[in-house]
Amino acid sequence: MSGFTTLLMRDLRLVLRRPGDVGVVLAFFVVATVLFPLGIGPETNVLARIAAGVLWCAALFAALLSLERLFAADYEDGTLDLLLLAPWPLELAALAKCLAHWIVTGLPLSLLAPVLGVAFGLDGQSLLALGATLLVGTPTLSLIGGLAAALTLGARKSGALLALLALPLCVPTLIFGAGAIETLAAGDGIVTHVAILAALALVALATTPWAIAAALRQAGE
Amino acid sequence: MADLHFLANPARFRRFSQRVLPGLGFATVLMLAVGVYMAFFVAPQDYQQGNTVRIMFVHVPSAWLSMGGYAMLAVLGASLLVWRHPLAALMARAAAPVGASFAAVCLLTGSLWGRPMWGTYWVWDARLTSMLLLFFLYLGHIALSRAYDSPERGDRAAAILALIGVINLPIIKFSVDWWNTLHQPASITRLDAPAIHNSILVPLLWMAVSLLFLFVWLVLLRTETEIDRRRLENAEAAS
Repeated sequence: MSGFTTLLMRDLRLVLRRPGDVGVVLAFFVVATVLFPLGIGPETNVLARIAAGVLWCAALFAALLSLERLFAADYEDGTLDLLLLAPWPLELAALAKCLAHWIVTGLPLSLLAPVLGVAFGLDGQSLLALGATLLVGTPTLSLIGGLAAALTLGARKSGALLALLALPLCVPTLIFGAGAIETLAAGDGIVTHVAILAALALVALATTPWAIAAALRQAGE
Repeated sequence: MADLHFLANPARFRRFSQRVLPGLGFATVLMLAVGVYMAFFVAPQDYQQGNTVRIMFVHVPSAWLSMGGYAMLAVLGASLLVWRHPLAALMARAAAPVGASFAAVCLLTGSLWGRPMWGTYWVWDARLTSMLLLFFLYLGHIALSRAYDSPERGDRAAAILALIGVINLPIIKFSVDWWNTLHQPASITRLDAPAIHNSILVPLLWMAVSLLFLFVWLVLLRTETEIDRRRLENAEAAS
């Protein structure tokens, strides 16, 4: 476990030393969301209707945007070779990297999204639901995105390829995340949706670390 | 299993496929000819859908084959990762575009069928949407397997993707079904067809088997080409 925390703290420290990288992702999220009212028009009822979908999609894109560098830096400077040689499981290392990614992107995105939701005219309950679903759903995005990042390590045009691999796999999370706010508008509770999002996160947690480790091993060969 | 190991050697597979391919190609053409004749002239018109029901004879088998094809990619991926089966990689590389083509045929014939039946080329129906996502999964597999300078890397990355994809496919299917019932009230009048009649079922199954022959023939032919291509590349690298 000490290896896990060491790697996690190292990744967080690296981000803290260059906070601009996270800032760019969050700025992208804000700018991308702001474009929708400009493109669609300022009618509040239309905006409130599409807010959850727009914010969820923008969060998905923002999370993917930052994933390309998740393993690439370690791959280039040789850290990955040391991780492969380390005496603790590579699956844990993969998990630590994904957790670090979630802490620096998924978590701030979940906190920022309700603030932007105000501008879309969402009511208080929907704002809470938006934050809650993102909080439960974004770990899945980090894990699936981490897998796509590991698979495309060293590939040509890895950025676009990463999105092509990750987006279809992220569809269930998107559906239940954005769908929760819709059911709220229809007068139902969101417990089912949050529970299914949590289930999706657990399935991702149980499967992706092994796949990421397998992908990293063959990248290191 | 002994037979599978026998074919694991690409050179032996090549000798086997060269013996099988001509006969298989001939059988495929013959079966398709009979199947198309049955679909156009033997099967009756549907009393509500008229002649457009004949689209089904290509549409439905394509859907089956594209789903079966993805399962095949997963099995090939597992045998590559677990047993380092040298032929599995080449066969997966050969099969992915064929499966993707069947998914595309399914989507295209579906939208052509949708126009006269539902009045629109595309609806966000759960089945259509999950078939579209399956098509995207195929595209990801094809792009990933060809994204590396070393083909072996691409093969193994694509194998991992196929395994994760096959785990996620039921989840995607389930969530798209849920999404559709959530968003769309039944706006399209779906014909609640009575149990399918033999006069339509027989041509349908015949076409399914013929297209399966076509699938196998294409995959074997493309695998052979992949073996030759890999050899050529190795020879070029060596010289």
